[in-house]
Amino acid sequence: MTHQQFEVLSNQAVAACAIVYFLALLAHLAQWAVERKVPASVEMREPVRVGAAGGRPSGAPATAPAGSSYEENGERADRFGRIGVALTVVAVAVHLVSVISRGLAANPVRVPWGNMYEFTLTATFVVAAGYLLLYRRFSLSWLAPVVTGFVLVTLMADVLLLYSPVTPLRDALQSPWLVIHVVAAITATGAFTIGGMASVLYLVKERWLARGGGSGSGYLAKLPGLDALDRVAYRTQAFAFPVWTFAALIAGPIWAKHAWGTYWGWDPKEVWAFITWVVYAAYLHARATAGWKGRAAAIVALVGLATLWFNFIGINFFFGQGSMHSYA
Amino acid sequence: MSVEVDPLAEQRNRQDPPPSTPPALSPRELGRWAWRQLTSMRIALVLLFLLALAAVPGSVVPQEGVDPNRTSQWQDQHPQLTPIYEKLGLFHVFQSAWFAAIYILLMVSLVGCIVPRTAVYWRSLRARPPRAPRRLERLPEHRAFETGEAPETVLEQARVLLRKRRFRSTVEDGAVSGERGKLREAGNLLFHVSVLLVLAGVAIGSLFGFKGGVIVVTGHGFADSLSQYDDFTSGSLFNPDNLAPFSFTVKDFDVTFIRAGREAGQAHEFSAGLDYRSSPTAPKQHTRISVNHPLQLDGADVYLISHGYAPHITVRDGQGHVAYSGPVVFLPENATFRSFGVVKVPDAVNQDGRPEQLGLEGEFYPTYAFTMRSGPFSAFPDAKNPAVSMLAYRGDLGLDSGQPQSVYTLDKKDLSPIRKADGKPLRIDLMMGQSTKLPDGMGTVTFDGLSRFVKLQISSSPADWLALLGVSLALLGLLGSLFIRPRRVWVRVRRDDRGRTLVEVAGLDRTSGGDLAGEVDRLATGLGAGPRAPDTAPVEERA
Repeated sequence: MTHQQFEVLSNQAVAACAIVYFLALLAHLAQWAVERKVPASVEMREPVRVGAAGGRPSGAPATAPAGSSYEENGERADRFGRIGVALTVVAVAVHLVSVISRGLAANPVRVPWGNMYEFTLTATFVVAAGYLLLYRRFSLSWLAPVVTGFVLVTLMADVLLLYSPVTPLRDALQSPWLVIHVVAAITATGAFTIGGMASVLYLVKERWLARGGGSGSGYLAKLPGLDALDRVAYRTQAFAFPVWTFAALIAGPIWAKHAWGTYWGWDPKEVWAFITWVVYAAYLHARATAGWKGRAAAIVALVGLATLWFNFIGINFFFGQGSMHSYA
Repeated sequence: MSVEVDPLAEQRNRQDPPPSTPPALSPRELGRWAWRQLTSMRIALVLLFLLALAAVPGSVVPQEGVDPNRTSQWQDQHPQLTPIYEKLGLFHVFQSAWFAAIYILLMVSLVGCIVPRTAVYWRSLRARPPRAPRRLERLPEHRAFETGEAPETVLEQARVLLRKRRFRSTVEDGAVSGERGKLREAGNLLFHVSVLLVLAGVAIGSLFGFKGGVIVVTGHGFADSLSQYDDFTSGSLFNPDNLAPFSFTVKDFDVTFIRAGREAGQAHEFSAGLDYRSSPTAPKQHTRISVNHPLQLDGADVYLISHGYAPHITVRDGQGHVAYSGPVVFLPENATFRSFGVVKVPDAVNQDGRPEQLGLEGEFYPTYAFTMRSGPFSAFPDAKNPAVSMLAYRGDLGLDSGQPQSVYTLDKKDLSPIRKADGKPLRIDLMMGQSTKLPDGMGTVTFDGLSRFVKLQISSSPADWLALLGVSLALLGLLGSLFIRPRRVWVRVRRDDRGRTLVEVAGLDRTSGGDLAGEVDRLATGLGAGPRAPDTAPVEERA
């Protein structure tokens, strides 16, 4: 295949995976719509949850009479959920094809991280793939509509607003540190994003509970408890924080020293990477502090995520000409 | 509620909440109160947020230390805001007093927290694992079973098993206590100490370091001394006598531009060949530098930043003498290397023998092209069809006024344009090799050759290895403090009336999410328990 053909393939794969993400989103929405009919007190059938973490033995006959429509609906919801996850797996595979062929489209062949379009393409891939990897471990089925929706919308925005044709890497980017620095930064961005989703749901559920929710049967009722949401948020962000430290405060400066002669130049992108780091450091401390854990910590995490995405995209729009990191 | 406990935070929480109003007490008490406030977690959090917030203007307002050109441009455009911003230090946020105040307070708060914490940790390191609680069944994980082995054998087995699983253990009153994961706190402390190390490295680098820029035309040389730099900034403790005594000559410059396709015109690769000596007596060595591949010398690094053209211009004056000859640096203005430059001819003499200074100002086009609509432009960044197009001036260049002057601009205060017979300003358009006469017998201008120049950055930041070491240790500590799980397990053995041995195994995690149940199960199985019966947790007892 020629480089041009790979470029076409990449673009078509993006379109294809967006459609599959959309179908996956529909499947998950159907899952939750069906589940509305099942009272929250009936345990969701999650593939790995052994027993009932909340203490109730699963399938307690008192609330779910055998053969009732509850059970039937529960099975239908499960089926939709499985279809959704299967579709997401397909979408992620196609997404990967688009990322790889994007790199093969360049002449000479290069890593697909030369501009904002490619960064976003890869970051959304990391979010979706990360979600799938953690799906079993954290029983993430409740996160499915959020992840598929987020990835779909971000991909569309990426294609519509950030698309740029394949070009060779600029001189400054031709370094092995590109791979190290960018892989770490994108991995951290993906993990922070997943953690941020859990934090948003934490805040929404907390508010809902505070307003006397807790008896409904909707999506919020089916979300895991606040503790579990907080734990998923913490675990993903505690993973992302050291990766971010490495990307922004070790690999970045080493590369900058090689390319620009100063390891830290307070370039706008560096300023905001520093801000993100400080805010997430505050999150880790807040989560362990009386009076801050829970709600306040979740808000801090979301502030951190906002600075991260602002840095990722916003800097290039607002400070494009003033930033040495402007590769849009 | 299960929460990962940051021991540092725990320490701070213990002090929380400090009284919210200062009691009317002696200065000493007041100092104690202030200290406790400062080292409390709440204040540390507030300081972290302040630090993040304080960095924001550093990205919004152009920074003198980052981009001096853009800063002065901005200052010209905003004459009213500039003095206010100047007073607030907004043009050098990261060197400003208020930014320093925040991070110094944060560091004091940090030290105030880790010093006592280190003492506590030091003592706990030498302490033995805590004794088994009286009622093991109240712990989060608990197993009980019977075995025929003697109690001493079971205890010894437990010790061996725990040692294999890297627990520190001790036997006391018929029970084994095991403890693991103390390094979590060490990681935590290491992280916070390393932050101080980074700060020290950065401080030394900015106090003793320097950064200079210089433009060198190919074939020309550079020797490291202050007067040779075009721009130079250094830390307050930097001593110019300490500049490394190296020198180099830029032998050649290579650049490849992509010729076809939509990337046409992009520089694909560029590099400069340098002959250098690390000291006047050292042997001459040759190297090539390019972006991402600097020349690393003892005491300074030489980076290739950008490049451009230096047309050779020769000006003969009214008497026919060569008044100026040599390469003139034209600074690139866009991606096609349309470049701007000036020629200053201070020693020209007119036809009558009276001194009259000349100045030329205008554009250089590496690949000259012209259309009626766009006027002259450069069609390609490579030198395919080089041409200059300049306006000529006569009068006083202002060089004798004593005011420092940029070599890239013409001070036109005392200059007047040279006009053609029809009164229009004279424009000198020359292809390479061409020559033209100035009116009134003022002389000739020749474009007789072309060189390239490179813009080099020469810089040194002495303690960057310390900063790098600091961040790396911080990362190591961070990993420890986030992923090491402190865990305690106990095994208690009792002989009952029937001569059977009753074994209890229990565990406690200080962080959530670990597989504590698995650990306790493995230990119980290793000690001879049967497979775990469902719901061993004695729910009724707990109630």
